[in-house]
Amino acid sequence: MLKMTHLSKVYRTEVVETYALRDFNIDVKEGEFVAVTGPSGSGKTTFLTIAGLLETFSGGEYHLDGIEVSNLNDNARSKIRNEKIGFIFQAFNLIPDLNVFDNIEVPLRYRGMKAAERKQRIMESLERVGLASRAKHYPAELSGGQQQRVAIARALAGSPRLLLADEPTGNLDTQMARSVLELLEDIHREGATIVMVTHDPELAARAQRNVHIIDGQVVDLAEDPRFHPAQVATGEARG
Amino acid sequence: MFAYYFQLGLRSLRRNPALTALMVMAIGFGVAASMITWSVFRAVSGDPIPGKSGQLYTVLIDNRGPQYNDKGEPPEALTYTDATALVAARKAAHQTLLFEVAPSVLPEGNQSLPFIAHGYATNTDFFGMFEVPFEFGGAWRASDDEGRAAVAVISHALNQQLFNGADSVGREITMDRHTYRIVGVTAHWDPKPRFYDLFSGNAFGDPVQVYLPFARAVDVEMDTAGRNNCGSNVDFGSGRDAWLHGECVWVPMWVELADQPAANAYRDFLTHYAAEQQRAGRFHWAPNVRLRDVNNWLDYKQVVPPESRISLMVALGFFVICLVNTIGLLLAKFMRRAAEIGVRRALGAPRGEIYRQFLIEAATVGLAGGVLGLLLTALGMFGVGLLFEPQIARLAHLDASLVAMTLLVAVVATVLAAFYPTWRAAKVQPAWQLKSN
Repeated sequence: MLKMTHLSKVYRTEVVETYALRDFNIDVKEGEFVAVTGPSGSGKTTFLTIAGLLETFSGGEYHLDGIEVSNLNDNARSKIRNEKIGFIFQAFNLIPDLNVFDNIEVPLRYRGMKAAERKQRIMESLERVGLASRAKHYPAELSGGQQQRVAIARALAGSPRLLLADEPTGNLDTQMARSVLELLEDIHREGATIVMVTHDPELAARAQRNVHIIDGQVVDLAEDPRFHPAQVATGEARG
Repeated sequence: MFAYYFQLGLRSLRRNPALTALMVMAIGFGVAASMITWSVFRAVSGDPIPGKSGQLYTVLIDNRGPQYNDKGEPPEALTYTDATALVAARKAAHQTLLFEVAPSVLPEGNQSLPFIAHGYATNTDFFGMFEVPFEFGGAWRASDDEGRAAVAVISHALNQQLFNGADSVGREITMDRHTYRIVGVTAHWDPKPRFYDLFSGNAFGDPVQVYLPFARAVDVEMDTAGRNNCGSNVDFGSGRDAWLHGECVWVPMWVELADQPAANAYRDFLTHYAAEQQRAGRFHWAPNVRLRDVNNWLDYKQVVPPESRISLMVALGFFVICLVNTIGLLLAKFMRRAAEIGVRRALGAPRGEIYRQFLIEAATVGLAGGVLGLLLTALGMFGVGLLFEPQIARLAHLDASLVAMTLLVAVVATVLAAFYPTWRAAKVQPAWQLKSN
């Protein structure tokens, strides 16, 4: 599903070159739930933005669902983002002037979907996250947890092949965070591929596999005995 | 997606009322100033007879000489002698001569008091050359001109006044105690500027009410109500006959010439005619003739008041300043939504959709500004009289084409102003923006 090979991302200024990612390798199979962890500045978010085709990369290869993406133009990248990827952000990133229904509708509009199909998908997504009764509410009228669930509904409405979550519980209290995580687990059980960036070890432990990034390079936790996730201890399959 | 973006545009107007009000006022006032001055300019500067203005020529012959003419230019009309001689020579396919009249009209019965009508003494070619439309009947015949018949053509308005708008062909009208048989009623026809009689300063005068044969008007000694330029060196003797056959100019003359070769040939004819006058001892100078088509004649007479051009330029300059301000306001408005732009890009919007969204949003602002501009334009029409003479000010009016133009100019100008702010918005890097949200 998501395969990066010797990928690098360099930020160049007149004075200095900074490697956000260096010889970065990762292979996420379809149906996996992978947690990406690492200290601040390690390159987690850069990895996620490149994975989501929000940024280009400086070298290496990136195959997303079998497509080599390095030479795609803006229109092609946007189309793939729209059709294959769902994003869940730490800051929710709902559009404040649109109600819940209209927020979820945004990616479906860009897909050129007809109104009836859009409505059906939106309501199904809202049912899924338990917020069907809030369709006409605005983000400011919702709690943090509810906003994040709306964001998840928005990500799911387009039936993406890949969900990318950047600190999905970072702005939530413990109870809300737990409910969001349970939702993500439900989605994963239904067959979704999820890549989640997180600082939270408890959150990371709930994933199938952990990938640890240090200084722009991957350290696979399955190989490193210092970071055994609970699933490894119980012998569950890692995809 | 257009309807969706239009909806978003309307919502965005409500988002920040103060910013919206500033932009709408900037566009509204700019558009209104431009449209008010444009309405006057188009009324005075348009081609009064499009499609034919290049085929109609006014005929001028210098009967004053270099010592008395106006900087080498002939007088702006002909003498009676020259006009009738040129018409009799029949060197043009169609030709007309005219002078302004103001006969006293006596309505039928004793229902109304007599009144002065505004009209022209001319010939039958006048109506065909200038494409005068008719509601009833038509022009009199050439034989009526030759026979000096007592016939008349009246206007729609005069027909309404005298005969309640009925078909009055065959009925009679009494003017200056003479009776004329009505042969035609014109439909509404009031070209502005009145190019065929700039000599008498009637470019923007009251609509014409009556036409009668030139020869008949001369026969009944109907005086010219227009200009009568006798110059400073003319001894016009005494009595009507002396004036009629003297060197006073009071007869504008027009000819219709199909193309440039025909115009050149006619100009040669005029030169030859003037040379004959010189040989006969009437003129003591070399032939000095002019043949000007409608637009050249309007330019020569400077019919478009300079203040209308100046005020239009000033208004357009003001509009440009308003648009420059609008660019800044739109930039502020769009860049405040950098977070939203980043999210939309992340959700699959290509740059082209960001362009479309924000240009349509700008068009929405432009439309709102256009509506305000329209209201201000309507109000401004009342104030046009403060800038222009009354006969020109009254030409400015708000018609369907001006309404459409006001809205179109507002929308198009705002969209053009929005290109830079939209370009900046589309350049928002979603990754950077989402990291900083």
